[in-house]
Amino acid sequence: MTPLTSYLMVAAMLFAIGLAGALTRRNAILVLIGIELMLNAANLNLIAFWRYGPHPEALTGMMFAIFSIAVAAAEAAVGLGLVIQIHRHAHSTDLDAMNRMKG
Amino acid sequence: MSVVFYLLSGLTLAGGLAAILLKNTVHCALALTVAFAGLALLFLSLDAQFAGFAQILVYIGAVAILVVFAILLTRGSETPKDGVYSHHWPLGLVIAAGVFAVLGWAVLQSARVLPNETAVPSVTVLQIGNALMSRYVLPLEIVALLMTAAMIGAVIVAMHEKEGAK
Repeated sequence: MTPLTSYLMVAAMLFAIGLAGALTRRNAILVLIGIELMLNAANLNLIAFWRYGPHPEALTGMMFAIFSIAVAAAEAAVGLGLVIQIHRHAHSTDLDAMNRMKG
Repeated sequence: MSVVFYLLSGLTLAGGLAAILLKNTVHCALALTVAFAGLALLFLSLDAQFAGFAQILVYIGAVAILVVFAILLTRGSETPKDGVYSHHWPLGLVIAAGVFAVLGWAVLQSARVLPNETAVPSVTVLQIGNALMSRYVLPLEIVALLMTAAMIGAVIVAMHEKEGAK
């Protein structure tokens, strides 16, 4: 395996772990943790392609990863704010118990 | 591949697995921090120093702390009586395994045509700053706007409602 293939396989495993966490856990915060792991796996792909691609001096993959980190931070802040508000409203973060759109 | 790569990827994957498998939510957040640290070290081993340190600052410094705060504010560290997994967990596991199979198959099939430059790129922070201020200035401004909107939005969403205001 070439180095790039190894990094891509690690990123695929991390993405699958994050997806399994997001789909199987009941706590809303753990689902957000799974989504963060998936975003980070995508970032690892971007950096690996930047490192082994033909034009690293153009900085394309690096910039994409940096902007992706910024967007993921914004997403985490809003998502956790929503979870706190839902907990205040329904007194639970159990996703199986949230089966109504209307409070 | 070097021993360092295997150590770092093992650390990252073990942290990720622990983050979704452990019962106590606070332990999950700590395992998530380990996974983020492993990823930052992987970025450093890919000669992406700026992205690696940005990962440490943003994820370990901010997102992990935010997750711990949310867990403690929602009393999520108490393990529920009827298990931590959803009723549909076998379906979720099958979907995740299927996605991994497709991704791994695609990576291994395209291994021949993937680029494989061995020259180490020498990128300084000065170059990154220049690129951010010239070619990537519009995305930078949009991200600044997004961050402001997200900050105000998170405060408004999580703001405590007054009694009788509904």
